[in-house]
Amino acid sequence: MSSTQMPQMLSTNFTIDPAQTRLAAEFKHSRPLFSCRFDPTGRFVFAGAQDNLVQRWDLATGQRTELAGHDSWVRGLAFLPGGGCLYSGDYAGRLACWPYAVESPQPMRTHEAHQGWLRSISVCPDGQLIATAGNDNMVRLWSTADGKLVRELAGHNCHVYNAAFDPTGRHLVSADLKGVVKHWDVATSTLVRTLDAAVLWKYDNSFRADIGGIRGMSFSADGRWLACAGITDVTNAFAGVGKPVIVVFDWLTGRAKPPLRPQQDFQGASWGVVYHPTGVVIGVGGGGGGGAMWFWRPDEPQSFFTFKLPAVARDLDLHPDGKRVAVAQFDGVLRVYDISPKPAA
Amino acid sequence: MLCRYDCGSPEHQITRRSLLAGLAGGAMGTFGISRFAVPAVAEELKSAQKRVLIIFLAGGSSQLETWDPKPNTDTGGPFRAIPTSVPGVHISELLPYSAKQMHRMAIVRGINTAEDDHGQGAYIMETGRRPDNVTRFPALGSVMSKFVGPADSPLPGYIHIQPGGAGYNKQDSAFLGPKFASVSLGDGNPPPNVVRPESLTESADRMRNMLRQRANERFAARRRTAETEAYSYSYEQALQLMERREVFDVSKESPQDLERYGTHDFGRHCLLARRLLENGVTCVKVTHSNYDTHWENFDFHIEQLGEFDRPFASLIGDLADRGLLDSTLVVVMAEFGRTPRINAGLGRDHWSRAWSVALAGCGIQHGAVVGKTNPNGTQVTDREVHGGHLFHTYFRALGLDSKQKYHVGGQPVPVADQTVGPIEELLA
Repeated sequence: MSSTQMPQMLSTNFTIDPAQTRLAAEFKHSRPLFSCRFDPTGRFVFAGAQDNLVQRWDLATGQRTELAGHDSWVRGLAFLPGGGCLYSGDYAGRLACWPYAVESPQPMRTHEAHQGWLRSISVCPDGQLIATAGNDNMVRLWSTADGKLVRELAGHNCHVYNAAFDPTGRHLVSADLKGVVKHWDVATSTLVRTLDAAVLWKYDNSFRADIGGIRGMSFSADGRWLACAGITDVTNAFAGVGKPVIVVFDWLTGRAKPPLRPQQDFQGASWGVVYHPTGVVIGVGGGGGGGAMWFWRPDEPQSFFTFKLPAVARDLDLHPDGKRVAVAQFDGVLRVYDISPKPAA
Repeated sequence: MLCRYDCGSPEHQITRRSLLAGLAGGAMGTFGISRFAVPAVAEELKSAQKRVLIIFLAGGSSQLETWDPKPNTDTGGPFRAIPTSVPGVHISELLPYSAKQMHRMAIVRGINTAEDDHGQGAYIMETGRRPDNVTRFPALGSVMSKFVGPADSPLPGYIHIQPGGAGYNKQDSAFLGPKFASVSLGDGNPPPNVVRPESLTESADRMRNMLRQRANERFAARRRTAETEAYSYSYEQALQLMERREVFDVSKESPQDLERYGTHDFGRHCLLARRLLENGVTCVKVTHSNYDTHWENFDFHIEQLGEFDRPFASLIGDLADRGLLDSTLVVVMAEFGRTPRINAGLGRDHWSRAWSVALAGCGIQHGAVVGKTNPNGTQVTDREVHGGHLFHTYFRALGLDSKQKYHVGGQPVPVADQTVGPIEELLA
């Protein structure tokens, strides 16, 4: 997930059956989609695209509303707990705050939050702070009350792809292009430790450029595990020839479990990951083989089910009901999939 | 009867390593070219040496992320356009330093080379001709080394600073002969063997050279040929080059310049280019690798142009400040551009039908923007040109007649594609 937040679940019945995954709804836009997020009430789904707009669809009616106020593509989307306010961040470095549920949302506040791309937004579970991460190698904490910058967390030496609060809100992780995952104490803004996900990065000597980045990040609901999505085993950086992979850290020990890989051979990258409350890890991605959504059981490094997608997937989110997954796809369609067991006939 | 150059002695093995092999070949070309009855060299150029700097963005940089941005369109990508030092001219926000040098530069936005293959695209851009199976034409650096280079330079006329290995590239000069071929400095390192081996004392080296010269003279008295002359000349040039080896040592530059150009390879290579041009090398080509961004074009262009922008702009500014820009033609080129369409991997593929080249310096109209593409950059809509037009323009910018001819094997061969002419609007 490009903008990481803990799912605020509306349901306690989280039974899923990925093998019965089915399309529940489709929402079309004219440009390839780039990010997506359900709002905490579960009424809307939002998407960023390869334009300067944010799309809002009402899940019940399909009504589409465009939110205009950005200067570049929007990759970061996150909500205050309980709803009311959407934060969005674009590749011009702008952070915007929207009263997202009104008929025609306009930005309440905007900040030039980063030099260069703002890649990720995460909201603290208590709603007091948001964290942003970007290409200026910085992580910044902002007050949700007045929008002011609270603190800057420096230490990454390359583009920061993601930031995420843990479920307690006392800890923040940030992760960069080279697979460096930093654990920060939120109260003191001090670096606690650094975790190593360098398997998600490579410097390609032929092309003389870096490839990698933690493109998606998600804590498990109990805060025990941290999943990081990306690409590994790269043989050709400029053609994107590599394998999608999820690196899962034991949050207590900081040790990585054996990386999660698709059961079937697949070429490309994983662009998003989310922990389902059952402990199942859901990842999406794409590449030369098209798009796919993979499901892993907690202790199995190979996916137990792959759902082929019509197009490359750039992001996903879990609906607060725990039964539906939104996937932002290259063909401009946001698809909502039902992963719950089919009702008995 | 030809000499057998290599006697197999240890001494020969020392002196016949890669650079010297190149120089030997170069010297042979000095005489070999006489067979082609070289056309008149522009006499007026002798008073002020002209130079050429080629920046080659290998793999094919994106025109949309450099010189012809189309922000907020379906093809434009995520970057914004920024104003430059020329009112009304905007380029990609990835080039903030270059934007400040735009008043010294020009952009050609209407290039259609109709060739999406790396090798063939490079050939078109470097020779101004479409490839055929009949004649291989010399590259721009070799051509200008021949036409505007001083005859007595101790340094190679065409030096190519590139990532990777060193070498000597005789194919660059084609029928002009090996003297005008490029010498590659791999990773910007000096040519190999420019330092006398420690095991060879200065006096022993001097004695050895005297012996060689006497043997050459004795042989030449009986069997003087172009080849033997070239062989002897190559040694003399190598000796001069060894004496000037500090020309290749970027560490001699000031710490401030090293910081300004950057510690990465391309920064170091641009600083070396400045040093070589200042020391009289006629043509320097710097290759920056790599822009073949079929996947994640935008991330890679941030990284590559992040390296390119500041040292390139520093180089333009320094050449101007030192009074060299007016006599140095600068060309920023690639094999082709990249597709306006953004593919599923956020990449751009090869695209030769509508792309851009930037120029600066000698003979170029400062601040000019020639040619235009449609709103999403898929087609040229005004002043479409190709490599042939550019080649004529380079000649004219350097004060040369682009309609003159080589004489190859007794046959007249135009120096540039005679079906087209220069881009007059681009010329000062």
